[in-house]
Order: sequence, then C-alpha cells, then structure tokens
Amino acid sequence: MIEKWVPAISSYAANVDFIFDLIFYIVIVFWFVLVQAVFLWLVVRYRKRDGVRAQYISGELAHEKKWISYPHYLVLLCDVVILVAAIRVWYIVKQDMPPTDETVRIVAQQWAWSFVHAGADGRLDTPDDIRTVDDLHLQVGKTYEFKLESRDVIHSFSVPVFRLKQDAIPGRVVTGWFKPIATGEHDIQCAEICGFGHGLMPGRIVIETPEAHVAWIASHGPSGAGE
Amino acid sequence: MAVHHAPESWVRKYLLSTDHKIICFQYMFTGMALAIVGGFFSYVFRMQMAFPGMNVPGWGLVTPADYNMLVTNHGAIMIFWVAMPVLIAAFGNYLIPLMIGADDMVFPKINRLSYQIFLLSAVVLFVSFFVDGGGSAGAWTMYPPLMSKDEYSLTGTGSSVFLVAIALEFVAFLLGGINFVTTAMNARAPGMRYQDIPIVVWMIVIATVVFMASVGPLVAGAIMMLFDQQLGTAFFDPNRGGDPILWQHLFWFFGHPEVYVVLLPATGITAEIITVFSRKKLFAYMTVVNTAIATGILSFLVWAHHQFVAGIDPRMANIFTVTTLIISIPVAEMMFVYIATLYGGSITLATPMLWALGFIFTFLIGGVTGIFLGASGADIYLHDTYFVLAHFHYTFFPIAIIGAFAGITFWFPKMFGRHMNETLGKIHFWGTFFGFNAIFIPLFITGVLGDHRRIFDYSNFPELTTPMMDGMRQFATISLIVMLGFQLVFLYNFLTSLVWGRKAEKNPWLANTLEWTTDSPPPHGNWPELPTVYRGPYEYSVPDRKDDFWPQNVPS
Repeated sequence: MIEKWVPAISSYAANVDFIFDLIFYIVIVFWFVLVQAVFLWLVVRYRKRDGVRAQYISGELAHEKKWISYPHYLVLLCDVVILVAAIRVWYIVKQDMPPTDETVRIVAQQWAWSFVHAGADGRLDTPDDIRTVDDLHLQVGKTYEFKLESRDVIHSFSVPVFRLKQDAIPGRVVTGWFKPIATGEHDIQCAEICGFGHGLMPGRIVIETPEAHVAWIASHGPSGAGE
Repeated sequence: MAVHHAPESWVRKYLLSTDHKIICFQYMFTGMALAIVGGFFSYVFRMQMAFPGMNVPGWGLVTPADYNMLVTNHGAIMIFWVAMPVLIAAFGNYLIPLMIGADDMVFPKINRLSYQIFLLSAVVLFVSFFVDGGGSAGAWTMYPPLMSKDEYSLTGTGSSVFLVAIALEFVAFLLGGINFVTTAMNARAPGMRYQDIPIVVWMIVIATVVFMASVGPLVAGAIMMLFDQQLGTAFFDPNRGGDPILWQHLFWFFGHPEVYVVLLPATGITAEIITVFSRKKLFAYMTVVNTAIATGILSFLVWAHHQFVAGIDPRMANIFTVTTLIISIPVAEMMFVYIATLYGGSITLATPMLWALGFIFTFLIGGVTGIFLGASGADIYLHDTYFVLAHFHYTFFPIAIIGAFAGITFWFPKMFGRHMNETLGKIHFWGTFFGFNAIFIPLFITGVLGDHRRIFDYSNFPELTTPMMDGMRQFATISLIVMLGFQLVFLYNFLTSLVWGRKAEKNPWLANTLEWTTDSPPPHGNWPELPTVYRGPYEYSVPDRKDDFWPQNVPS
C-alpha cells in the first residue's frame, strides 16, 4: 500500500511493497485485530458483577494451556512465512547483483551529495566523467551499479521512491544496484544523522528518457575523473 | 531485624539513608524530575518540526544545533535517566525486599552508593548542556566518526562529558544490580520457593542479569570513544585503521537487550495488577517465567537488526532476521498469558488496572510493528524513518510511562500510607492514553510516507512538504502538548495526595503478596517480625474459601 502515496519506480520497489503488505495483513489485519478484540471482549465480559466470583484457573492443565499453545504455534508458522518472504526480498535488493549497464559513484560528505556519472563512454574514471553536486541523473531502464563512499562521517543514501537505503561508511566503498523504471524527479535523503546540517542535505534524482539523458550528457563537458 | 532506631536527622533519614524504601523514593523523584526535562525537550523540538522557524514559547528560536542537541538528550534522558531509575531502580528497590519478606537489601551501603553515583551522573549530564559548544548532539546512539571527532560534531566537549555521564550511570546500575540479584537469591522469607516469588521480582531480577551481562561492551566502547575524542586514539577512525561500525556492534549489543531490561519490569508490574484487579490466579505462572528467561537470552542475539543497512555483510542480516522474528514468540506468548488471565475474572477498572490494561493494549501495537522492522526486506525502506520512531515509542512509552504510572498508582498507598484520588487518576489515564495514541499513530503514517528521522525542517524535501504531511506533523505536536498538559493532573494528584489523601490501611486492594502484610507505609526494617510464606502469590478466588484472596503469609 506504500505505492499509493510514494511512487514505486525501481525494479525492486514492488518487492519491498509486497513484504510490507504481507506483514500488514498477517500481523495487523489478522493478529492485532484478533488479539485486541479478544482482549477488549474479556475486559467487558468479565467486569465485576455482584455475587459472581472469579474462577480459579491455574493455566497449568493441558486443556487450559492449549489456549496459549495453539496461538503460539500459529505465531511460529506466521513467522516462518514472513521470514521466507523477507529474506527473499533482502536477497534481491542487497545480496544479488544483476548484470549492470553502468556504474555511478555516490559520495556523501557534510553536508552535500556529489555524484560521478560515467559520461558518454559509459565507463567510470575516464576523462569524460560528469561530476554533479546534489543532482543524480539516470536513464530509465538502465541497471546501475553504485559505489557509495563517504568523506567524513556516516551518512545514509536513501531514495524513498526506489525503496532503497544504504549507509555510506568512511573508509569503505559500499556497492549495490538499482534500476529506475519510470521517468521523473524525486528526493534523495540522508537518513543517518550526520551533524548540524543533517536536515540540509537534500539531493534530487532525475530519471530521464534515453534521448533526454543523452542530451544531458552532451550538454555537460567532461569535468575530470575523481577529484 | 527490627531493632530500635534512634531518631535521625532529616539529612540522615532522607539523603544519606540506607533504607531501600528511601532509596526507591530518591530514584523515583530524580527520575520524575528528569522526565519533566525530557518531556520539555520533546515539546521544543516537536514545535520546531510542526511549525518550522517559530519562536517556541519557553525556548525561543530552535537552531539546527539546538534541534540535534534536544533530540539527542531527550532520548538519552528518557532511557537512561527516567526508564532505568524508575522501573528498575525505584521499583526494584522498593519491591524486592518487601515482596520477598526481607528487612532490607543485603548490601544497604552499596545501595546508597548506587544512588549517589546515579545522582552524580545526572549532574554531569546537566553540566554537558553548558560547556563550550553545547550538549551532545549526535543522537543517543552516538555513532562515530561523527561523535568521535570535534571537527565533525562541533560539540567535542559536550560529547565527552555526555559519555562520562552515561558511564557513571552504568556504574550506578551495576552496583544496584548486584544488590537486586543477591537479595532475591539469599534473603527470601522462610518457605518462599522459586515458584512463590511474585512475577515482578522475577522480572526485575532477570532484567538486572540481562543488564549486567550486556553493559560491559558498551562501557568498554564508551571508554574507547572517550580516548578517541580526548587522547587521539583511533579505535573508530577509518583513516588510521579503526572501524566506525565496531561502535555500532558494541552499542547495540547493549542497546537491544536494554529494551528488554526495561520491558520486563513493566510486564511484571502488569502481572501483579491484573491478578489483583481481576481476582484471578496468574495463568500459567511458570510459562511467564520461562518466556521472560527466553526473551532475556534471545535479546543477546538480535542486535544487528539495527544495522541491516549500516554496511554489515548482507548475508549476516539473514541470521539476525531469523533471531529477531524468533523473539516475537516468547513476547507474544507472554501477552497471550496476560490476556488469558482475564478470562473468568471479576474485573474492577480502578486506576492501576486501567494503566495495566493500557500497557497491554499499547504494547501490542509496539510489538506488532516491530515485525515490519525485524523483517530485513521491509526494513530497507523503513529503517531510520518515523515508522521506527513510532514503533519504539509504542514500546518505550507503555514500558517507561504507562508501566511506571501503573506501578506508582498501585503501590502509592503502601509507599506513602495514603490513597491517590481515583477521579483525577482516571482523568489522567484517559488524557495520557488518548494523547499518546494521537501523537504516534500519525507518525507511523508519516514514516511510511518517507519522513526520515532527526530532520529539523522538512521544507528542503519537496516530497515531504505536502499539506497532508505538514498536517499530520502538526496534529502530532498538538497531541503532545495536550498529553503533557494532562501530566499536570498527575502531579497535582500525586502531591496533594501525599499530604491530604485518604489514609490507607495495610492491604487496601486485598492482595496476596507480602508487602501488603505490613503497615502503610512500612517502618524501617519493614516488619516487626519477618513473615513466613506458605503459598504462591496468586491464590485468588480459591474455591471453598470465604475470602477471595489468600495472603502468602497466612498459615493454611
């Protein structure tokens, strides 16, 4: 149901939305409603009444204990279902790396994002790389590998419309992937507190049609690889 | 041993006392005072979030630096200086000796030292607000390198003083914890077997063991961080061979068990109250004890679910997803047991019972929303959003606030020998209950819609500044102010009842446990003659008996 409010425009966004919905139906719609209903019903049903004494139930006998052991097994079963689904989604987003078309370097620092695009030759660390600050330009339908770095403290690269979040760790290059499936312009957030300017670290992701993307590359002269 | 005590000066009696009951009050009143500070901080930053750039009454303009300082210290205060002292230290101190039939803790002077170090830690925390650069501002989780280097945090001195305060606070609770465990094991009344110990004592002792076993790595981590800050070591500095992720492991190895450290006492308080006010034997006593022990053990195996997207090996996330979902089983079972206890009862909705039932209702919301976050696939999106914030407030608020109010309203007659006002108590309950839900239900939604945490002004993010999102943030803030307003009802009720409340007899709730067999308030030494125990704590409504309760100390 997330997609009703936050567009789902990466190839795996639907997987993340699916696991959210699955948990919602199992845990909220079924368990939560059932347990609260039983709970509130018991409170109303067994209010103190004159002349009615409470029952003496130890809860240790088998026919009493089944009232908690059966729900217990059902919780276990639901946990297994959720587990399998969650790990499957996790595997797709974080563990598996499909063949990628292009690589983009994302560099976080206090308090800005900078991006190194591969440029016209489609390869990173060549003279025609395009460096930008705060704007990440992508071509719809292409699968990107990202290399996420930080210059100072821990930041977190978060793109809600992609359903992607990954911390940037100084001293490490964290790799991952995404594939935008629709054009548009959306927020990039820093999701890990990174100092006084944490709230002043917005970025924009611009997903373009192949034609528009080629035009954008052409309009930018190479600005040199790396620093 | 009830020996004759010479009259004592006020200072000796209340400030330097070794009496566990007085030490309880010291912890409780200090915790309540700090809750006011923590609550005020939340009011200030929520105002800024709902009405960015506003001149907040009582504070003024909230700068980004102020904002980060306020959220950091709100979290730290509420967990380390409110939940811990009130739930563990205050109730542990008061209830353990009185419920197991002892005249005091086994190490009364260590107990006194524990509070004094705790008070010192609170003073040091306050000092951190006023040093150069201001208070610590890198979130209560204190992730390096932000927190380990002044050039990044710009609050170098404040961060160091803050770490000292946290370390002192841990020392205080380690000293208190030694006392709790030793007392519960060695000082029980004759005849009290393990299965005759009231659940709340079990819970506080299990929580204490979990605390003592988990805090070591964090104390070590705090010292390492302090060395990084002040001596130029590089434990967490990646440029010189250190590793910032190491801190996260040390922190959450303590941080997650800590959730259960405060949860267990609150569930114990709930167990005592629901049995008394439904006149029922606790359903499956041993199951409750076993689920608490299982929860305690499992709580050591889930910490990395806070770090799914933090740059750990993605394969490791799968292991922690499994352990995290497994912990839902004992916790769910404990809730089932409590609900089953209500079956066939004779329920009176007195104020303490309202709080106990309110705990079950709200904690269930906290529990079920935890599944979304424990499931790694969903956490990729929800991590570090307001969904996380709403989830843990739905665990910590029932624990630290609702649980504490349940305990205070229930044991107030015993503690102070007077009753609180029931009408005001109910007004306070409903105001707090509805207010709390009205704050955090909208924040679940803003979280799912993409609000990320610790942002002082969302207007930099076009997708997060829709009228609907702004409206929900404002609604949450107004609900907070209303809820905080209702706390004045409690303060008024509490303070006036201390002086003018209706006098309480020994056992106003007709309960079974030992603390209700002595005077209200109990004298120094607790009983003229220490009690003997003949049965378990929950023998309510036993068939063929005239009374529907059967105190533990009454011979058959």
